[in-house]
Amino acid sequence: MRPDHDVIASMVPLGARVLDLGCGDGLLLDELISRGADGLGLEITDEGVVACLQRGVPVLQADIDEGLGDLEDGSFDIVILSLTLQAVHHPALVLREMARVGRKSIVSFPNFAHWRLRTQLAASGRMPVSPLLPYSWYETPNIRLCSITDFEVLARAEGFVVQQRVLLNEGGHPEGGLVGRVPNLLAAGAVYLLSR
Amino acid sequence: MGTTGRTLGLVETQRVVLFTEDDPLVLDSGETIAPVEVAYETYGERAADDRNVVVVCHALTGDANAAGHHGDPTRPGWWDTLIGPGKPVDTDRLFVISTNLLGGCQGTTGPSSVNPATGRPYGLTFPLFTVSDLVRVQRALLSRLGIESVLAAVGGSLGGMQVLQWALDYPDDLEHGIVVCATARLSAQNIAFSAVARAAIMNDPDFHDGDYYETGRGPDHGLSVARMMAHITYLSEESMRQKFGRRIQDRDEPRFDLGVDFQVESYLQHQGKVFLDRFDANSYLYLTRVMDYFDPFADRDATRDRLKATATKFLVLSFDTDWRFDSSHSRAIVRTLTAHRVPVSYREIPSPHGHDSFLLSVPEYHRTVAAYIDRALAEREI
Repeated sequence: MRPDHDVIASMVPLGARVLDLGCGDGLLLDELISRGADGLGLEITDEGVVACLQRGVPVLQADIDEGLGDLEDGSFDIVILSLTLQAVHHPALVLREMARVGRKSIVSFPNFAHWRLRTQLAASGRMPVSPLLPYSWYETPNIRLCSITDFEVLARAEGFVVQQRVLLNEGGHPEGGLVGRVPNLLAAGAVYLLSR
Repeated sequence: MGTTGRTLGLVETQRVVLFTEDDPLVLDSGETIAPVEVAYETYGERAADDRNVVVVCHALTGDANAAGHHGDPTRPGWWDTLIGPGKPVDTDRLFVISTNLLGGCQGTTGPSSVNPATGRPYGLTFPLFTVSDLVRVQRALLSRLGIESVLAAVGGSLGGMQVLQWALDYPDDLEHGIVVCATARLSAQNIAFSAVARAAIMNDPDFHDGDYYETGRGPDHGLSVARMMAHITYLSEESMRQKFGRRIQDRDEPRFDLGVDFQVESYLQHQGKVFLDRFDANSYLYLTRVMDYFDPFADRDATRDRLKATATKFLVLSFDTDWRFDSSHSRAIVRTLTAHRVPVSYREIPSPHGHDSFLLSVPEYHRTVAAYIDRALAEREI
């Protein structure tokens, strides 16, 4: 299992009704379903949707930037936004919609203030490229890059309470210790469990 | 994909009497019909444990001949694009059953059949029926064949409405429902089109209150007008523009008269005319009416109870240029199923061909159906 998926899975209670926004090829949902969750994915790309069908993961082809109008209030226990926040046009709207349709939200994203990205930009003067952000600036789907501090400011402004935060290293593994003391500089990414 | 796959070749329609005077078909309305004969075709080999059974439900004017042909390879069944060896509904691996609907006119008992009580065709004395009744007859055929469990039911338009009803009426018997460009509730505009079609037929001087069978002529004018109008709703404006534009039939300059001048007029007239050879006006009345009244999710409590009970998982598909049952109809189905925690997948497929797309080789559509069915089959084989 992908290490960041493992972190997310540890936040999902047994038997939960889970919605994964931007579920890609359905790998995470497949793992959650095999652990007893009742899962549904939303995905915008043709390839992702077909891959989900091949895995037997229920998926609706949809653009989450248009809101989650086809889903009822409070109809999910957990709504997941895994490494997708940075690719949506309207992050605040998406977070609000997550809170509307679900009781709790899990959000993970790459930290654009990670020291390695900062030094890449400072040293080469070019947009950073990393394992979590592998695209060149002109072809990246990641249009809303943010730092850990940025995200926490938005989450607070939107009325979210952080129930749990797990910091990730560049391999996607949880990190504690020193990283936890200066997360905005040392963590490559983070996973949040939020409620409102 | 989509255009790949081979054709089934020569196939045959079979007939079976499912209900008799002693054991009549009891409709939702409480009325009975007997005998009920059903025309059906099967394709592929039935697995020993029946794990590969697929039921095909046809739309308004379909018949039992969904795939393969009856002697002329240039005139294959209405869903030959989708069903066949190596096609998305792969007859190398699946056992496919296709029936002609109750109330139809291509081998299954309907208004043109003889009422044994009078010795004359039923006409408008044929009782009105519901989508549940259509599905009840299909279920009875399966029972007759000794089949108690269905891997998937597949249908487009009215066919998709039957698939939805299958999951509600036989919640334990259907594992997967594939619902293409269908609706759970016709809009006022949809019903309006049906109403005009029926008015064209019923106001035809040769209609004789549905008792036209022994007059030597039927309401051909009304039926062809109904078909012409319906055909407009099956195509998108864009596909009509591409196919016909404002081109003139058989010449360069307009005739400037009231006859058939534009190509689109000629096309519609042809569609209306060839339809007369294969369809009965009374069947058209009953089968459009069955759609108007279809509203399986009308009762909130009943919907909750029935969807809670169903074991069926769904694939719902719509086409972006379909305006007969546009994507909002499919999304409403998805919304209801999702709200009741029924596993459902949904795609809106881009296609320029409007409602008709479900009958055509649209690659992304076929790829999606193939992926879904492959997985369904694989899960049963594990």
